[in-house]
Amino acid sequence: MRVEMFTFLVAAMICLGGALGVVLLRNTVHNALSLVATLFGIAVLFMAQGAYFLAAVQVIVYAGAIVILFLFVIMLLGVDRATKMGVDPIVGQRPAAVIAGLAILGMSLVALLAGPEVVTGASGTTAAVTSEVPDVNQLGRVLFTDYVFAFEITAILLTVAVVGAVVLVRRSAGEPEDSDEFPEGTAADELAAQRALEDEWDDDAAVDGPTGEDDLEPYAEEVEP
Amino acid sequence: MTLAQIEVGLTPAWYLVLAAMIFAIGAVGLLIRRNPLVMFMCVELMLNAVTLTFVSFSRALDDVGGQVFVFFVLVVAAAEVVVGLALVVAIMRRRQGADADDLSLMRG
Repeated sequence: MRVEMFTFLVAAMICLGGALGVVLLRNTVHNALSLVATLFGIAVLFMAQGAYFLAAVQVIVYAGAIVILFLFVIMLLGVDRATKMGVDPIVGQRPAAVIAGLAILGMSLVALLAGPEVVTGASGTTAAVTSEVPDVNQLGRVLFTDYVFAFEITAILLTVAVVGAVVLVRRSAGEPEDSDEFPEGTAADELAAQRALEDEWDDDAAVDGPTGEDDLEPYAEEVEP
Repeated sequence: MTLAQIEVGLTPAWYLVLAAMIFAIGAVGLLIRRNPLVMFMCVELMLNAVTLTFVSFSRALDDVGGQVFVFFVLVVAAAEVVVGLALVVAIMRRRQGADADDLSLMRG
């Protein structure tokens, strides 16, 4: 019991510190890294409660995929923009938000700690957690029997999400390129402009400058027939 | 009274209180931050608090169903992040440095 208490306290500190970091730090990259700390802490708590498979999935999916996605988008949009926390567009929103958060916390704590019994309800209606069978087996058995429809709908949800993401970030035909990334147009535009400038210069030179016989020779061949 | 008697046992309530605290921090962050990315991170915090609650109840009630629900919450969170970040990228491409307050096109 002491070991579990120690584990819980350390993981809880990591979780709360990370959560506060997500909310309070100004740099977006630091926010994402604090989120990783919280996710790791929660994975540790999963493991302390015997949900080994979920702890692994938590680390792989959240820390490995979702936070990396966040970091990709942060890098894509530019990291140099630190958020200005001083301005308050709606007057008194921040204090109201903090009060609302404290109210949420207070209500949950009262609901949790008021009664003598925290956990009520029927136990083990789906399938009991036993330590004899690995939890992956138990999860798989329940997932593919009792929750098989929800599981199938999950597949549809993921497909819709992928298609939606592709449609959202697709550039339609007439739309200009990123003005953020290429302030003076894309590389293709720049090359075309350069070529036009050179052509103009050549034309000017042909009109104004003294032209020797050698310069005209290629044209002469074309003109003759 | 010896030290062993003072020592409190680690009941499920501890985990639930921790989850409530993380949820409250996430909710406050969602309300006070302007950056859409940070707001999404706060939503992730709240979802994680709920998954922690699910696992705690799963163990307290001796029921695998809670762990299965964590699975579904994970999938929904992944889908939500994918679509949300695609929206953020699409918005940021059209206008620079959009905070949540600048996006008032749909205000009635």
